[in-house]
Amino acid sequence: MSTAAATHEHHDHHPTGIMRWLTTTNHKDIGTLYLVFSLTMFLVGGSMALVIRAELFQPGLQLVDPGFFNQMTTMHALIMVFGAIMPAFVGLANWMVPLMIGAPDMALPRLNNWSFWILPMAFSLLGMTLLFPSGAPAAGWTMYPPLVLQTGDAFPFLIFAVHLMGISSVLGAINIIVTIMNMRAPGMGLLKMPLFVWTWLITAYLLILVMPVLAGAVTMLLTDKYFGTSFFQAAGGGDPVMFQHIFWFFGHPEVYIMILPAFGVVSQVIPTFARKPLFGYDSMVYATASIAFLSFIVWAHHMFTVGMPLAGQLFFMFSTMLIAVPTGVKVFNWVATMWKGSMTFETPMLFALAFVFLFTIGGFSGLMLAIAPADLQYHDTYFVVAHFHYVLVPGAAFGIMAAVYYWLPKWTGHMYNEKLGKLHFWLSAISVNVTFFPQHFVGLAGMPRRIPDYSTQFADFNMISSVGAFVFGFSQLLFVYVIWSCARGGQKATDQVWEGAEGLEWTVPSPAPHHTFDTPPVIR
Amino acid sequence: MSGSDDKGDRTLVAKLVLLTVGMFAFGYALVPLYDVFCEVTGIGDRTGVGSAATALPTAIDMDREIEVEFVASVNEGAPWEFRPSVSRMTVHPGKMYKTTFYARNTTDKGLVGQAVPSIAPGLATPYLQKTECFCFTEQRFDAGEGRDMPVVFFIDPELPDYLDTVTLSYTFFAQNRVATR
Amino acid sequence: MSNNRIRKLVAALAAALPALVFAPLAKADWAVNMPKGVTAISQEVYGLHMLIFIVCCIIAVVVFGAMIYSLLRHRKSLGAEPAKFSHSTKAEIVWTIIPILILVGMAVPAADTLIRMEDTRGSDMSIKVTAYQWKWRYDYIDEGFGFFSSLAPEHNRARQLDSGIDPATIPNYLLEVDHPLVVPVGAKVRLLLTASDVIHAWWVPDFGGKKDAIPGFVNEFWFKPETPGIYRGQCAELCGRDHGFMPVVVHVLPEDEYQAWLGDQTAGLTFQDAAMTEETVAMVPATATTAVEEVTVEWNMDYAMATGEKLYNANCGACHQINGAGMPPTFPAIAGSPVATGDVAAHVDVAVNGRPGTAMAAFGPQLSDEDLAAIVTYQRNAFGNDTGDLVTPDQIAAAR
Repeated sequence: MSTAAATHEHHDHHPTGIMRWLTTTNHKDIGTLYLVFSLTMFLVGGSMALVIRAELFQPGLQLVDPGFFNQMTTMHALIMVFGAIMPAFVGLANWMVPLMIGAPDMALPRLNNWSFWILPMAFSLLGMTLLFPSGAPAAGWTMYPPLVLQTGDAFPFLIFAVHLMGISSVLGAINIIVTIMNMRAPGMGLLKMPLFVWTWLITAYLLILVMPVLAGAVTMLLTDKYFGTSFFQAAGGGDPVMFQHIFWFFGHPEVYIMILPAFGVVSQVIPTFARKPLFGYDSMVYATASIAFLSFIVWAHHMFTVGMPLAGQLFFMFSTMLIAVPTGVKVFNWVATMWKGSMTFETPMLFALAFVFLFTIGGFSGLMLAIAPADLQYHDTYFVVAHFHYVLVPGAAFGIMAAVYYWLPKWTGHMYNEKLGKLHFWLSAISVNVTFFPQHFVGLAGMPRRIPDYSTQFADFNMISSVGAFVFGFSQLLFVYVIWSCARGGQKATDQVWEGAEGLEWTVPSPAPHHTFDTPPVIR
Repeated sequence: MSGSDDKGDRTLVAKLVLLTVGMFAFGYALVPLYDVFCEVTGIGDRTGVGSAATALPTAIDMDREIEVEFVASVNEGAPWEFRPSVSRMTVHPGKMYKTTFYARNTTDKGLVGQAVPSIAPGLATPYLQKTECFCFTEQRFDAGEGRDMPVVFFIDPELPDYLDTVTLSYTFFAQNRVATR
Repeated sequence: MSNNRIRKLVAALAAALPALVFAPLAKADWAVNMPKGVTAISQEVYGLHMLIFIVCCIIAVVVFGAMIYSLLRHRKSLGAEPAKFSHSTKAEIVWTIIPILILVGMAVPAADTLIRMEDTRGSDMSIKVTAYQWKWRYDYIDEGFGFFSSLAPEHNRARQLDSGIDPATIPNYLLEVDHPLVVPVGAKVRLLLTASDVIHAWWVPDFGGKKDAIPGFVNEFWFKPETPGIYRGQCAELCGRDHGFMPVVVHVLPEDEYQAWLGDQTAGLTFQDAAMTEETVAMVPATATTAVEEVTVEWNMDYAMATGEKLYNANCGACHQINGAGMPPTFPAIAGSPVATGDVAAHVDVAVNGRPGTAMAAFGPQLSDEDLAAIVTYQRNAFGNDTGDLVTPDQIAAAR
């Protein structure tokens, strides 16, 4: 924040105060807005997770009504997916993509402003339903009918909020694609782009291809409830399972939307701190593209229990297992990048390494879930909860944290407090495992997900998990403090910041001035 | 200071917006595509489940016996009594059979209901053909009225070898839940 | 001497240590893995699960081993000089091909099991399973009877918010029902799953899997239990407020005991009586002796209130709350409500026929005249409603 404040005197035609943020078209300002919004949502969604974990601390209902519990699981997921993870990546793209490809700004700056400001509106719509007498949506973020059609007054708010989030993401994605395709500095060929830019280009295409499908699906829900259509009602010739097919046609690529940019971040961070170029750049790009392609033909692996015939189950099992190949290539390439490097372990590197370890564990449980016969046991249990939290928390969220620590000096012009950063890392990395590892055990032992109370045999692991969750939750306040104090001041950062850092973003001053690359840089 | 090439930007933006709109339409196209998908992946062609058979069998396979089970359900506690008159039949593929389901309106008001068929396993759906069925139309019942409703069906001799039992299930929906797609 | 004592102490500790570590793990409370189960399929699934788990562990040892070695050795602080290589086609081909081979090795046995799972031929009996918010109904379609299966009453009381009842004092907390599904050992049981309202999923881990119950559609799932016993599971698909409180309990009995149980259920009934059966069996407990006692009891206030409380808690308590306070506005209070303190016939009508367009279902098809009479009586006299009305089964029958 102070970055922009320090430089905006040069441009006295800019409004100040709140109007400056409302009307800004500068990619760095908008990036900051996205990141601050995402951090806020991360804390809100996290508080909801703590309500869930507090109720699950021991068997019996102590704190909340089961209906409210379902509202918490639903809102936690919607807020974390659409409010925390996705906007954080868009924020990173806004800040870094122009800097990394040598562009002066995003291609469509006014659209950029609009795609951000839609988000607070969407989440206000969604959040206010918590105050309704009939409560917030409680049918899960997957919104399966017919259950979701039992939602009370919150229903239209849920649908329109999802529409707005979709519009915001698609506008953001269009902007990123146009920027990458048309605004690269001369000499920056596609296969010279940093991997973060590559992963974002592919992610942006995924967004454009699937967010409209989600919008279509929720629109069908809306007309089913209020306008007498029966897309998903058996009575009128519809099929509730069809919603699941359409939803997961969106939902599986969505999973990769939340992880591909993190792959990109890790592919920037590891070479920097290993002081060695990324191993297998080309195969990294191809692997990312194959993962994106495969994500469109695996969706029904979320639905092995709906009664698909053998041929369908076999197809989706095989295609899902295939995803392990390009994902494996990425992990092996990261390890090969570290191999015979000269590593140091600053906070961004620590988060990137934890990402590789823990995302791989999430990948293993994903491979187990791909085995259709075994999935009939795993499905809808805490094993699945453990799996996707391993890919989303130490996966996506750690990727974002690595990125924040990595580029924070470039944004603020100050080094963050390395001691506190490392403390934040170790607290997070340990507590995230304490939280989610035991969930594998209770899931295998038979605990279904989305339940507010459970049999006493699951008590011990749930207690451990809740303790871990509270430590993890409160550790994030440290993260907020580190960012805050880094924005306020600290040791002056050099232009290159990190000894092994390479790329255009490290050639501009720290903090990056309000306007960069007004004249395109020359690429080697 | 924005795009280095404004015309190029506009073309690309137009293409991407078109793609977005196209994908929204594709979401809706998935509805009919779903039936195609069901057929291709073998979920079974559910489109024909609520309509009459188009072709009649030509030969009866007296060497093969298939168990046909009948089950009946009422949706969301609707005020209907609904059950099959027999729970199962042993049939030969290609031969016509008739059975009935009994339904009664348990209220003191006239009601309209619609029975929705479903066949398990889904793969058998195209092979259980109905020439006459109360599920083809809405059923009107006076207060307290109960009656037997007929189904005439046959099993297509092409039914795959690995099936020996087929379940024909009906769910009765009260009229206020009935709408057309 | 003292040395000796210390040595003894150490030895004792060393002996006790594994016990200290493993004792909690050995307790049933620390289940950490998928159960092997009691069907051939569940054991195959367990085998697949362990196979893929071990394969993952081996890959993890190799990958994490290389990574940890690199993290320890290739540090700048140890003076490591960065190498210059940035790709190796050979290595990349190797680590593309090897995973593919491992996956093929996994896919073959998995497909094999899947094919066996989908083979429904030669089933010995079919049971229709209908899921409701939030209970199960089992219909033995060949024998022509059926019954509802809900969370057992004492569990239902204990699971209320701030019930003050310690779940640890309740055996199999939340995994007990009033009327379990009963099947004979060794029979291939085919379930026909459907639902009345929203999607649910029927799951008993010991039978090797789960299947969704979808309104308007019928799904198949089969199991062939090889050991008599009591097997427990839960609804596995989010189905609304009380999703966590609709357990599945299956009693697998030896053939003769099963026949005896079946005889009790079907005594004196033919299939044509099925409609009547559905209603009466719903209230008949699993043992015939108590059923006889209950049927012979004279209809009076004390009996209606006692039965009514039990049935109210099981059938109505989820929404209208055990204390009758409801959860306005969706679920109105029973305490002091105009319906429960006003006209008896109007009250009976709501209970029997529901309120179309609201969450209030018609309980007429689900419960018997006696049950509904008891519930309505209880609602009119509990929670300070003291109307003094005793509603009789005949009044219910008249409203049907």
